[in-house]
Amino acid sequence: MPEEFTVEKVMDLKGLPCPMPVVKVSKGIKEVEVGQVIEAHSTDPGSLTDFPAWARTSGNEILKTEEGGDVIKFFIKRNV
Amino acid sequence: MSEIAQQAEETVENIEVNVEGNMENIEKQLAELKSRIEVLDKKTTEPKVSMIVFSGDLDKVLASFIIATGSVAMGMEVVMFFTFWGTPVLRDKNKSVGGKDIMGKMFGTMLPKGTGAVKLSQMNMGGMGTAMMKSLMKKKNVATLEQMLEMAEELGVKIYVCEMSMDLMGFKREEMIDYNGLEFCGVAKFLEEANNSRIQLFI
Repeated sequence: MPEEFTVEKVMDLKGLPCPMPVVKVSKGIKEVEVGQVIEAHSTDPGSLTDFPAWARTSGNEILKTEEGGDVIKFFIKRNV
Repeated sequence: MSEIAQQAEETVENIEVNVEGNMENIEKQLAELKSRIEVLDKKTTEPKVSMIVFSGDLDKVLASFIIATGSVAMGMEVVMFFTFWGTPVLRDKNKSVGGKDIMGKMFGTMLPKGTGAVKLSQMNMGGMGTAMMKSLMKKKNVATLEQMLEMAEELGVKIYVCEMSMDLMGFKREEMIDYNGLEFCGVAKFLEEANNSRIQLFI
């Protein structure tokens, strides 16, 4: 059953290499309320392992990951 | 009838004495547990990263800042200690101070002045390798050391500079960069921070 959510904010992190995607997303997620969802677009292949690691450590949640072409889309819920 | 009442009274008294004795025991155990927890609390490390930046090489200092900024993103506190060859990296290229002795002047001239002057640890090739790496980094959108330092400051990465290295190489506090919260310290400060950190790195 797909989870329903509304994206509150979209972050364009395309073209940014490590460590910028996680650095920016960690700042950007603080701009929405706890419980809200942001969508982050990254072209850094390392993000596929880095974003889940960041989410687990920081206590946030990745609801969905979409891979298509060069762009990876993460849907992240702010939990803390 | 009165006999029974007396017996009952005695029994109640016995129970009370027993309960009191048990309570005393429990309270003693509780106090012991509390003091043990206090000791453990002091030993528990914080989500903190303590880093010694010993190297003054572009690649290693860059790696240090990538780890530092990444750690903040992960929700960790970061403390960086710049010592030995790492110290001149934090000099401000636009500042110059007088009053140095001959050795101080020599170190001052021979060591890189600030983030823009540091070289690769390998394949420097008389500066050509470093220049090539820098242009490649620009092309690939990798942040420069200057940008990383700026980002670290913005994220609240704490920087300490080894006082002994400063003194040894003849650097003065007035020639170091303007960085929010930059402090000078000795080994004890590092050890205190490292002791409270989950991650300690020597780079």
